[in-house]
Amino acid sequence: MRIKTIATAALVTATALAFAGCASNETPAAGGTTAAGASKTLTGTGSSAQKAAQEKWVAAFQTKNSSVTVNYNPDGSGAGRSAFIAGAANFAGSDRPFKDEEMGAGKFAGCAADSSALNLPVYISPIAVIFNVDGVTDLTFDTDTIAGIFSGKITKWNDAAIAKTNPKVTLPDAAITAVHRGDDSGTTNNFTDTLNKTSPTVWTQAAADTFPAAFGGEAANGTSGVVQAVTGGKNTIGYADASAAGKLGKASILVNGKPLQPTADAASAILDNSKTIAGRAANDLAYSLERTSEGVYPAVLVSYAIVCQTYKDAALGTLVKDYVTYIASADGQQAAATAAGSAPLSSALQAKVKTAIDSVK
Amino acid sequence: MTQKLTRPGTSRGAEPGPGTGAPDPKRRGDRVFRGFAMGAGILILVILALVAAFLLIQGSPALFADPAKLISQGYGEFLPWVLPYAFGTVWAAILALVLAVPVAVGIALFISHYSPRRLAQPLGYVIDLLAAVPSVVFGLWGSLVLAPAARPLYEWLSANLGFIPLFSGTVSGTGRTIFTAAIVLATMVLPIITSMCREVFLQAPRLHEEAALALGATRWEMVKMAVFPFARPGIIAAVMLGLGRALGETMAVTMVLSGTRNITFELLTSENPNTIAATVAQNFPEAFGLKTSQLIAAGLVLFLITLVVNMIARWIVSRRAEFSGAN
Amino acid sequence: MTAITHRLGSETLTAGRLPKATIPVAIAASAVLGYALAVLASGTANIGLAILFAFLVFLVTVEITTRVVEGARQAADRRAGNLIAGAFLLALVPLGSVTFEAVSNGLARFDLAFFTQSMRNVVGEGGGAVHAIYGTVYVTGMATVISVPIGLLTAIYLAEYGVRNRLSKAITFFVDVMTGVPSIVAGLFAYALMGLLLGPGARSGFEGSIALSVLMIPVVVRSCEELLRLVPNELREAAYALGVPKWLTIVRVVIPTAISGIISGVILAIARVIGETAPLLIAAGFTASLNNNLFANPMMTLPVFVYDSYAHPGTDVQVYWDRAWAGALTLILIVMILNLVGRLIARRFAPKTGR
Repeated sequence: MRIKTIATAALVTATALAFAGCASNETPAAGGTTAAGASKTLTGTGSSAQKAAQEKWVAAFQTKNSSVTVNYNPDGSGAGRSAFIAGAANFAGSDRPFKDEEMGAGKFAGCAADSSALNLPVYISPIAVIFNVDGVTDLTFDTDTIAGIFSGKITKWNDAAIAKTNPKVTLPDAAITAVHRGDDSGTTNNFTDTLNKTSPTVWTQAAADTFPAAFGGEAANGTSGVVQAVTGGKNTIGYADASAAGKLGKASILVNGKPLQPTADAASAILDNSKTIAGRAANDLAYSLERTSEGVYPAVLVSYAIVCQTYKDAALGTLVKDYVTYIASADGQQAAATAAGSAPLSSALQAKVKTAIDSVK
Repeated sequence: MTQKLTRPGTSRGAEPGPGTGAPDPKRRGDRVFRGFAMGAGILILVILALVAAFLLIQGSPALFADPAKLISQGYGEFLPWVLPYAFGTVWAAILALVLAVPVAVGIALFISHYSPRRLAQPLGYVIDLLAAVPSVVFGLWGSLVLAPAARPLYEWLSANLGFIPLFSGTVSGTGRTIFTAAIVLATMVLPIITSMCREVFLQAPRLHEEAALALGATRWEMVKMAVFPFARPGIIAAVMLGLGRALGETMAVTMVLSGTRNITFELLTSENPNTIAATVAQNFPEAFGLKTSQLIAAGLVLFLITLVVNMIARWIVSRRAEFSGAN
Repeated sequence: MTAITHRLGSETLTAGRLPKATIPVAIAASAVLGYALAVLASGTANIGLAILFAFLVFLVTVEITTRVVEGARQAADRRAGNLIAGAFLLALVPLGSVTFEAVSNGLARFDLAFFTQSMRNVVGEGGGAVHAIYGTVYVTGMATVISVPIGLLTAIYLAEYGVRNRLSKAITFFVDVMTGVPSIVAGLFAYALMGLLLGPGARSGFEGSIALSVLMIPVVVRSCEELLRLVPNELREAAYALGVPKWLTIVRVVIPTAISGIISGVILAIARVIGETAPLLIAAGFTASLNNNLFANPMMTLPVFVYDSYAHPGTDVQVYWDRAWAGALTLILIVMILNLVGRLIARRFAPKTGR
C-alpha cells in the first residue's frame, strides 16, 4: 500500500517535471544545446576574458537570426585553442594568436586540408591598476614602480618611489597588499608581459599565464576575486580588466612622462601602433604588441577570434563568417563596449578585420 | 572464492544474527537475489578501486612526463609543484581541527550531559542544521561576510601577539587568510565531530556515572572520571573523520582563501598556502592537455591522503565495536 | 519550633551554596560590563566584542564567587559548565549569521523571474536559475536512480546474507572509507571515466550523476543497513515458518517493515549530495541555457550556478551576486525541506534511546 502511494507520487512528480522542462525566456526550438540541425549550431570555445562580450554578441546575433544557436564556452584560451585544433570548436577565442610553429595548412581538424587559421583581433580590454587606499583617489605610477610593487620590492605606500610620482597625495604609512590572479589567465599574461617589456630590470620574469609565485603577494580567484579583494581590503592594489574596476581608483601609468588612464582610446591605439607578426598571410591579423609607443596605454589585453581560412563544411564557414562579421562590426564592438566595457576596435582596424573575414570560406 | 567466503555466514548456527535460519538454499530465486545483493556489494569495492585506477590512468601523463615538457606545457615538475599544495591541505585541516575539536566536544557534552533532557534532541538538530548548509553557501558567507569582519581581529592579533611566529608577518588587507579558511572549515566539520562524540557520550555506562555522582562528585568530575575515559577512542575516531572531511573540502576554501603555492606557518599574511582541492577547482575548468593530467594527479594525491586518514579512523572505530560510527 | 527547623535547614542544606539569583545577576552585570569594556577598548559599540568581553567577565565573576563561597571543586564544575554552554552558543553564531545573510541578501532576487527564466541571452540584470534548478533535479535524480539500488542491495547483503563474513567486513570497512572520499575526487573520477569512454573534455549531466553517486552510495548503504538490522527477527522467522523463501521474505516482509526508514535515509542522502559543488563543477560544467538532455553537453546545477555567479560576474557585479545569494537561499531551503521531510518520516521508525 504505502509503497504504491509513494511510487505514484514519484511518477506524478516525474511526469510534472518532464512537462515543465522549459524556461520562459527560451523558445522551445532553440532549447539550448538540444537544437536540431548541426549546420545551424555554431560552437566557440575559449577565452574567459571575452565571456561578457560573447554573451552580448551571442544574444544579439541569436535575436537577429532566430534559427541559429551559438554556444560560446568560456573554458579558457588554452582550452579554446586545443578544441579548435581538434575541430571540436568552430572558432576559438584566445588571448594570444597562434604561434608560428602552431600555424600551418592541415594542422586544424575543422579546416580544409589546404587551409590554415586566421587570427582576428576582436576584443581589446585595458588592464587597470586598481587600488583602495584610505583618502587617496588618484595615483600615478611609472612602470618601474608598478613592477616593484607587484614583485614585492616596494612594500609601503609612502615609499619614495611612489611619493616621487604623486607629489600632491598624502600617502599613508601602511603596508601594501598587492593582489594578483591566483588562477591562470590571459590578463596575468598581458600584465606581466607589459611589466617585462617596459621594466625588464625590475620585472625579471617572462610573461606567463601564471603569476610568478616567487614574487609573493595575495592571490585571488578570477577578475571578480581580485576586484573584490581590493575593494574589501584596506591599502590594497591589484590589476584587473578596467571594465570590472567599478568604483575603485584606477591608477594612471606614466608613458614617456605623460600619465595615461586606462581609457578605451588609449587602449585601442595599441593595435594601430603595432605591426602584425612578420611572415604571416596577408589576412592573418596576429599582432605582436608594441607596448612602449607614445600615447598608448601599455597594459592592454588583446583577444582574438581564431577561424579557419577555409572550412571543411562550407555552410559552417558562412555561419562563422556572419557571426564574426557581426562582432567585428561597429555595432558589435559598440555592444561589447556597453556590455563588457571593452575598447572598440578603431575604424581602420574594423575595416582590416572585415577584409580578412570576407576571405573566409 | 566467493562461495568459500560466503558459506560460513549462512551456515553458522551459533550466530543469532538476522541472517541465520535460511530455508532451502537451493531455491533459484534466492540464489539470484543473493547474487544481486553480493554483486552490488562487490561493485562498491570495484568502484573504489576504479576511482584510484582512473585517476592514475588520466593523471599518469603528468606523473611520467618529461619534466621539461611539464615546465613548458604544464605547471612544472610534478612533485615540487604538488608538495606545497599538499602542505596547505594538511595545514588548513589541522588548523580547522584545533579550532573545532574543543568546541565540538563541548557541544556534544552540552547536549548529552548538561542540557535538559527534553531539549537534547532539538539541540542536536540545531547543530545538524550546520551540516545541512551547502559548502558553496559557506564559501559565499566566508568570503563576503566573515573575511572583512575578521580583519580587525587579525590586525589586533598581529599588533599585540605578533611575537608569536604564527601571527607574525604583514596582515593581509583582505582578511582572506588561511585562518579565515580554517574558521570556515571548522564550522563545517563541527557537526560531524559533534554528532559522533554525542553518540559516544550517550553510550557511556549509566551505572558508572551514577556511581560517581553518588560518591559526591560534581558533574564535571563525573564527566572526567566516567565519560571521558570511556569515550576517548570515540573522540579520536571522530577527530580523524573530521580531519578526513576537512582535508577534502573544496568550495569553501576555493572561495574564501587567497592561496598561492607557498609553504608558510604564518596565519594572517597575504601569502597563504593553497590546498590541493581548491587548486584543482580553481584551475580545472580552464585547464587542458598536460595541465588537466597534472590536476587529476593532484586529485590522486589528495585521494591517497584522505584514504589513509579515513582508514586509520575506521580502524580505530572498528577496534571498539561497542559504538557505531555515527555517519 | 518551626523557626528552629527552618533556620537549621537553611544552614545545613544551603550553607556554602550560592543563592539561586547569583547566575542571572552575574549574567546581567557582565553584559553591562562587557559592553562598557568593548566601548572603552575599541571606541565603538562592536556587538561581537561586547559579547566576548561579557562572557569573559561572566567567567571570572562566577569563578571568583564560587571559589570563595563554594570551594575549588564547585568552581571547576561551574567553569566547565559555563565553557560547555559557551561552546554551544558559539556554534550558533555562524549558523545564525549564515542564515541571516542568506535570507537578507537572497530576497532581493527571490522573485518569479528567478524561477521561470534561465540565463540564456541575459546580460546583466534579470534572468534566473530555472536551468540550474532543473539541472539539479535531473542530476540528483539520476544519482538517486543509480545509488539506491546499489546501496540498498549492498545493505541487504550486509544485513541479511553476509553477516560477519570476510567479504561483508571488507565491504563495511570500504563503505566507511568511501564516505570520506573528497567530493572533488569523485568529480575527477567521473571526468576521467567519461574522458576515457567519450573522449577528453566531455561534460554532461550524467557525468555529474556518476560523481554524486560515488558520494551517495555509502550514505545509502549505511542508513539502510542500520534500518534493516532493526527489523525484528521474529518477523523473518514467522515468514520462514510459513515456507516463504528468504528472498521473498526480504522483499515482502523485511523491506516493507523498514520502508519509511529507508525512504528517510534516501532523502537524507539526497540532501547530503544536492548541495555538492566541486564534483559538478568538474563533471557537469557550466551553461547559460536549459539543457534537458542528461547525456550530452554541459548542464548547469544550482550549486554551480551560485559559484559561477559569484566567481565570474559581468560588469555589474552586484546583479550577479544578488543572483548568487538567491541561489544560495534556494539551495538552503531545498536542503532544509529535504532534511525536515526525511526526519519526519524517520520519526515514525525511530528506535527509542535511553536519554
